[in-house]
Amino acid sequence: MSVLVGRLGSGAIELLRILGHHAFFFAELIRACPAALRRPYLVVAQIHAIGNRSLIIIVASGMAVGFVLALQMYYALVTYGASESLGLIVNLSLTRELGPVVTALLFAGRAGTSLTAEIGLMKAGEQLAAMDMMAIDPKSRVLAPRFLGGIVSMPILAVLFSSVGILGAYVVAVLLIGVDAGNFWSIMQSGVDVKRDIGNGVIKSVVFGFICTFVALYQGYEADATPEGVANGTTRTVVIASLGVLISDFVLTALMFSTP
Amino acid sequence: MTEAALAAPEADRSHPDALIDVEHVVFGYEGGRTILNDISMTFGRGKVTAILGGSGCGKTTLLRLIGGVYAVTQGEIRFDGKVIDARDMTQLFVLRRRLGMLFQFGALFTDLSVFENVAFPLREHTDLDEPMIRDIVLMKLNAVGLRGAANLRISEVSGGMARRIALARAIALDPELILYDEPFAGLDPISMGVAANLIRTLNDTTGATSILVSHDVEECFSICDYAYLMSSQGKVVMHGTAKQLADSEDPEVRQFIRGEPDGPIRFHYPARPLSEDFGVRA
Repeated sequence: MSVLVGRLGSGAIELLRILGHHAFFFAELIRACPAALRRPYLVVAQIHAIGNRSLIIIVASGMAVGFVLALQMYYALVTYGASESLGLIVNLSLTRELGPVVTALLFAGRAGTSLTAEIGLMKAGEQLAAMDMMAIDPKSRVLAPRFLGGIVSMPILAVLFSSVGILGAYVVAVLLIGVDAGNFWSIMQSGVDVKRDIGNGVIKSVVFGFICTFVALYQGYEADATPEGVANGTTRTVVIASLGVLISDFVLTALMFSTP
Repeated sequence: MTEAALAAPEADRSHPDALIDVEHVVFGYEGGRTILNDISMTFGRGKVTAILGGSGCGKTTLLRLIGGVYAVTQGEIRFDGKVIDARDMTQLFVLRRRLGMLFQFGALFTDLSVFENVAFPLREHTDLDEPMIRDIVLMKLNAVGLRGAANLRISEVSGGMARRIALARAIALDPELILYDEPFAGLDPISMGVAANLIRTLNDTTGATSILVSHDVEECFSICDYAYLMSSQGKVVMHGTAKQLADSEDPEVRQFIRGEPDGPIRFHYPARPLSEDFGVRA
């Protein structure tokens, strides 16, 4: 019994230590953000690096999801003679949920691992230490621009994902299946609320951008300066960021759409 | 302290115009063994001082303590009379503006070109215009013999060249103190000689103070004004001029300087008796 209590106690202390470490890192990162904002070209370079390089996978995935969603929804709706609502359902699915969530999961796998590996290897190659010795704060110079770049990139990518997904659904539903194009667009237009649906989707993707980028930077910065350390860091980035996105998505959905 | 070390008394160690004073420093990493054990050293202004010792004796750790990367457990380190406080980031950054450090493997930014690596501290710390930065960078690269390599990527340069580029970056802001962490490690004999001459020449022409951490006895002795020899227990075994160390009859100093396999410095890491590990009776 005493062994169990002891284990629980040491587990709780370890958990608090990890949380405290994350909180301290977060505070340092926030403190470094104003300095990064004073040099916007650093943030813009990261938006290009993080966002632009994720474009292909986001566009391809958005298109594929749009195709499949249109097909599945059509099969379900046609039974009830409601195939005209296809555009509305596809739009709501993408803007409220699939756009932000799938983009975030892809982002964690593509940009998140890239950030972790980059920072981890900079640490292993003593580049961060060298910067420190040059009286240059690596958190301001390296981490904060990437953090801001990730937060800005994510909603842009999510909007792009949803837009391409809707176009994909249009191709399948209207051009291939033959759903009326007027119905497809007009029901979508009347049923989608910019603030409630699109706005909340964008808010979600900002939160996901924050989670994914923070996790990626933390794992890179705290990775052991060895090949195994960097490899473990990238793996943890995908796992922790994905779980963080899914859990926070549930919480945000409950908060945003609790009233009809 | 050994007999030989006593031959170089405290009064000789103290330089009248010291830039760095290390006073009775004790240091160990969190939860680990003690790395530095009551170390006292003085680094004279404008001099090249070598810290010699085997791998793992705490030489690089001492450099990092001087740079304020870690806080000392006991004792103090003074930079130009001011105690270095590793917890005071504002003071540290002011101090670090006055020093340059050459890392063991260069620590160059691999996403930047050779030119941009050397320009990096200038862009970060000064408001100089582009033509001025260009001139300074090319002058620094010329000093290390790599002006012609300015446009190369870091992936295109050899290990020896990388070390010289890192040196050009370390001196970009004309620091008062230059810390060299194993500048000769992994270099071929020609590059080693070039690097040694470069360190001496740069020290003399810029008037900087240089602290050199290495285990390459010959190269260090050829350029240093003063040297400290550290033991694997993190203590100073002896200090003096290169000639004093070379002439020492102290067994530990002699073994290290001459690279003798037998002596007080053991080759084997402490282990159980062979009979226990292999089941052989002695």
